[in-house]
Amino acid sequence: MAEEVNIICTFCGSVCDDVQFDLEKFKGKKFCKLGSSKFSKKERIKAPMIDGKEVSYEEAIEKAAEILVNAKRPLLYGWASTVNEAIRLGVLLTEKVRGVYDQCASVCHAPGTLALIEEGVPGGSLGEIKNRADMVVFWGSNPMEAHPRHPVRYSVRAKGLLIKDRKDRKVVVVDVRKTKSANMADLFIQIKPGYDYPVLSALRAIIKGEEDAVPEEVGGVKKEQLKELAEMMKSAKYGAVLYGLGVTQSRGRDRNVENAIKLIQLLNRYTRWIIWPMRGHYNVVGAGEVPAWEAGYTYAIDFSRGYPRFSPGEFSANEILQRGDCDAALIIASDPAAHFPKVSVKHLKKIPVIQIDPFPNMTTLLSDVVIPSAVAGLEAEGTAYRMDGIPFRVKKIVDTEYWSDEKILELMLEKVNELQR
Amino acid sequence: MLHIKNGIVIDPKNGIDAEKMDIFVKNGKIVEESEVKGDVKVIDASNKLVVAGGFDMHAHIAGSKINVGREMRPEEMRTVRLVAGKFRASIGRVLLTSPAIGYEYAKMGYTSAFEAAQPPVGALHTHEELDAIPMIDKAALPVFGNWHFVLKYVAEKNWEKLRTFIAWAIERTKGFGVKVVNPGGVEAWMYGGNCKSLDDEVPGFGVTPREIITALIQETENLNLSHSVHLHCNNLGTPGNYETTIESMKLASKFSNDRRQVLHVTHVQFNAYSGSSWRDVGSGAAEIAKYVNSVDNITIDMGQPIFGHATAMTGDAPFQFTLHKLTGARWSNKDSEIEGGAGIVPIGYLPKNPIHALQWAIGLELGLLVDSDKVVLSTDYPNGGPFTEYPYIMAMLMSRKMREKELERVSPYVQKATGLAAIDREKTLFEVIQMTRSLPARVMGLDSKGHLGFGADADIAIYNFDPLTVDVTNDFETVYKVFKTSAYTIKGGEIIAMNGELVKEVWGRTFWVDATSKVEMEAIESDLDEMFSKYYSLERQNYGVEESWIKKPERLVMG
Repeated sequence: MAEEVNIICTFCGSVCDDVQFDLEKFKGKKFCKLGSSKFSKKERIKAPMIDGKEVSYEEAIEKAAEILVNAKRPLLYGWASTVNEAIRLGVLLTEKVRGVYDQCASVCHAPGTLALIEEGVPGGSLGEIKNRADMVVFWGSNPMEAHPRHPVRYSVRAKGLLIKDRKDRKVVVVDVRKTKSANMADLFIQIKPGYDYPVLSALRAIIKGEEDAVPEEVGGVKKEQLKELAEMMKSAKYGAVLYGLGVTQSRGRDRNVENAIKLIQLLNRYTRWIIWPMRGHYNVVGAGEVPAWEAGYTYAIDFSRGYPRFSPGEFSANEILQRGDCDAALIIASDPAAHFPKVSVKHLKKIPVIQIDPFPNMTTLLSDVVIPSAVAGLEAEGTAYRMDGIPFRVKKIVDTEYWSDEKILELMLEKVNELQR
Repeated sequence: MLHIKNGIVIDPKNGIDAEKMDIFVKNGKIVEESEVKGDVKVIDASNKLVVAGGFDMHAHIAGSKINVGREMRPEEMRTVRLVAGKFRASIGRVLLTSPAIGYEYAKMGYTSAFEAAQPPVGALHTHEELDAIPMIDKAALPVFGNWHFVLKYVAEKNWEKLRTFIAWAIERTKGFGVKVVNPGGVEAWMYGGNCKSLDDEVPGFGVTPREIITALIQETENLNLSHSVHLHCNNLGTPGNYETTIESMKLASKFSNDRRQVLHVTHVQFNAYSGSSWRDVGSGAAEIAKYVNSVDNITIDMGQPIFGHATAMTGDAPFQFTLHKLTGARWSNKDSEIEGGAGIVPIGYLPKNPIHALQWAIGLELGLLVDSDKVVLSTDYPNGGPFTEYPYIMAMLMSRKMREKELERVSPYVQKATGLAAIDREKTLFEVIQMTRSLPARVMGLDSKGHLGFGADADIAIYNFDPLTVDVTNDFETVYKVFKTSAYTIKGGEIIAMNGELVKEVWGRTFWVDATSKVEMEAIESDLDEMFSKYYSLERQNYGVEESWIKKPERLVMG
């Protein structure tokens, strides 16, 4: 097959669906750096392994099922970089073994979920930003480095129904340092680390007509500049705040997002504004949506009583691990050994760990059972949700010996059912 | 094979009103006695009511709206209905998880439910959730009334293109029909506005809701789709809006169809208010009923509020923002590129709150005053409340005594603002079965549903209730209790629930309508390419849902 085909990129939450792949050269076109590195020849886990010894898929899955069934309370974590079909089986599996389901959002954008619970979220799809947004504010987010094609496809240079030119759109970056994204902005506002909340409060006060309550400087920003920003926001026709981990993982966390949402609620009394998180992994949205319809909640879900319970800070992966509250773990499409705090990883080292992933990573080194899988979007198909929730069926364009996450989990669920019978 | 013996059958479509009869089932269908031989399971239905499985033609059961509702309201998920075991764990108060939706319908004797608003670009999500609902048959209605293609073709008066686009869109979304939500108003919302009257101009397009509704009815009829246009009217939730509703209904007057209505107006309770403000708001139900009863081409469903918790979720984004401002409750909104939008706001209906009591009374007035072959029973789940309270509505419609008792506990405002207290009318059991079975099936154009004639799907509910001896007007408590849980629910010939307990998990079909053979796609090819490249944020080739991605699709080809 010497041809070039359309594929859907499965790296970041932008889920670019306009990219091409040359099957002969095994090389992508139109990809950003992040995407093209995923869609190129990379080191793979060669074969399924138990304790470092190569085994068949069936043997590895059987062993994994035994570990899960024998555990009192296994943790099943990851999910953000696989497809909904696999995630659904994961939720069913967690329910079966009465374990804990948690996903990458719990160390990332989950504060946004808590804010959603408090206030709801007035949002819109990325196409609406492209079509209508004459003002975009990146707050604590850095698309140039984290979502490289987002600005051009959706939010900065993108043209649409009402926005015909870059000049039709004001772009503002609010961050604690001058990021690469700040260079493309019409206005950059540098705030002191940890001061998102008061800056948002000040904007709300000014927009409400209570600027007297605002001191001369808030979070390192002069009142005059805040007034300028507030005026810009109020006079925009359709604005969008796109926030990142700078908001969710700094002091205030969910309260920051909540305050930002309240600002958007207020702005909608004058004009149109939306707010949306810049989600990271390509299907981290699906990792929350699927358990929501199957089990009522998006993350930190405990099934030890036979029904789902939600308690972030109690059933989220790090808290479980740090309390030593799980006696086995299945890690899929994620690398907690590299990204979790040492104290969490310490417990992970003590318990049997099953890993499902196409690529070797730090977690592979501490896993007892390693099950390599096909790369979704290249070697396996399935459904993924872009950061704005728009669903895509990512494609299989290359044949592989590797099993898909879906096939692996299907057999694992079957084995668990057999063992429990 | 099944033999349901000695049951008392009510089957409105076939004119059977409480007759002792046997029903025979083979290969998932209802058949003649002669076809059933050999290994037959006999169900003794002596002194029991035998009817077709219930059909919920308008509920929000799948897709991004209900899922955001779940995510926003974990407090809704604290009710545990079933611990995992033979069946899935099942949780939820009014908002339910997907397994719980299927289970609760099945326990109540319902065997079909249709998702009433599918955002087209999110169609795949809707289908994933439909696929996660066990027990029942289902389908989804994609939303058209603010889609830029529609607005553009209406402005151009290009009926061929509009017709072709409808066929294209229903095929791409694997949808069932043409849903219209606040036509034009949601596009206006993108500029902070709304279209409250039929003659408000939609910004950027120079068309009006009147033109959009008329054109969509016209082309849905030209395609002769299974279901008619399904309209959520403009001006929802506003005092005085009953006039807009009747005006919208009149747009159907020049169309007719031998099989079914040409316009279904949905959750009419929310569009049936008289008065000029919330201070003098009253009921417009009698006027609406008068109009609907006087024509033969319109059907409605009630949108009955149930006292207690609910969640407002509609494609009517500007209304949801108004509701958020009115109540101060949480507000989610989703603007959806060139297709429309949606909003979600938690609500509750309190008996002592005059407005809530008014809404409750108006729903019942519509159910009572509109002819039983024109009004379907619904709560617009979860907007008016849980579908699990359908038995409450059934009992209320059949018993004046029950209504009098209930009126004592609600705000006295309903006495002066509605005519409910003065309505003597009591619907019969036959009529209530019609409103929950045969009528919704006819409204949706599904001949195999909603009845027990030969060839019908063997979707059957049996209730512990002898219609020949129970007095439905006086014994309303029994009626309510009995309809809450069936003695048997049979889906496609299999017993799936008994006496409120699940027996077997089955997976129903997803119906979708294919009218593509009635149009030439060439007519809109270049428009599709242009609109996708300019205004969508995804490629045309990656838009839509393939049949093979759906668990049990059933394609209905429009001939």
